[in-house]
Amino acid sequence: MNDELMIAGKAYQSRLLVGTGKYKDFKETRAAIDASGAQIVTVAIRRTNIGQTAGEPSLLEYLPPEEFTYLPNTAGCYSADDAVRTLRLARELLDGHKLVKLEVLGDPKTLYPNVIETIAAAKTLVKDGFDVMVYTSDDPIIAKQLEDIGCCAVMPLASLIGSGMGILNPWNLQIIIENAKIPVLVDAGIGSAADAAVAMELGCDGVLMNTAIAAARDPVMMAGAMKKAIEAGRESFLAGRMPKKLYSASPSSPTSGLITAA
Amino acid sequence: MNIFINGNLKQLESENVTISALIVALNLTGKRLAIEKNGEIVPRSQFDSVNICDGDKLEIVSAVGGG
Repeated sequence: MNDELMIAGKAYQSRLLVGTGKYKDFKETRAAIDASGAQIVTVAIRRTNIGQTAGEPSLLEYLPPEEFTYLPNTAGCYSADDAVRTLRLARELLDGHKLVKLEVLGDPKTLYPNVIETIAAAKTLVKDGFDVMVYTSDDPIIAKQLEDIGCCAVMPLASLIGSGMGILNPWNLQIIIENAKIPVLVDAGIGSAADAAVAMELGCDGVLMNTAIAAARDPVMMAGAMKKAIEAGRESFLAGRMPKKLYSASPSSPTSGLITAA
Repeated sequence: MNIFINGNLKQLESENVTISALIVALNLTGKRLAIEKNGEIVPRSQFDSVNICDGDKLEIVSAVGGG
């Protein structure tokens, strides 16, 4: 089935996007990402360790940028200015790479997004030529505003970052999906393969996750489970589920030909 | 001269060091980096030509695991 995810003019076969944080080591990171089938991987931009780093392996050696589409993020940024600065550095770091994940946080305790700063940063980044995939709350109005600004994908949370609480407001997600003309990806809060499948059945174009895989007891196995869940959820959405009825009086087996007493 | 790298004071013996020379001195040769000097990004193509002066503030960043 030819069912590709289009983001900023590029087609992807996988609808699962994964983070690269919180793994035991780079070997496990790589094994989990291979099992997930993800083609887009998020990375953070941080100060380089100066001193005692010679020969130390780097993430890029395990995940060559030629093999994956990097999605540099602005995790840890609490203002539009910091987020824009971080992504300009990322663009330089990745040779002019334009596809980025914008997230501006509002509170270190919950990591809830600050949508006012997010909107300000999105405006600057779009004007500056970036392809912006934007993490936001599940507020349909904000999601629409971010689309109107020119973001290439909107990524509402299912629940708080790293919480694994699953989809707390499927109704809001449904409104966002209905209103959007750009891809909608659930980002943050997925805890299990079931959550990922539900997100796809709602009609999401994709799911971005990190902790659900990295913090599983067996991250590589969970990565494989997520791959299947995303595919199953997508196909279930496309196939169109049967309507829900309290009861149907329409059994699955024939009502005629029953063996009856003569 | 004294410069600041990622917020830390660093003393360099020589004056007039290029960014490229600094990368070698810091043992970062071959690493994929982006560098900001006094708040402005220095494109990689200019690493050989841009000099570092006393008091400069540098940010040196790389890509790390993240979600």
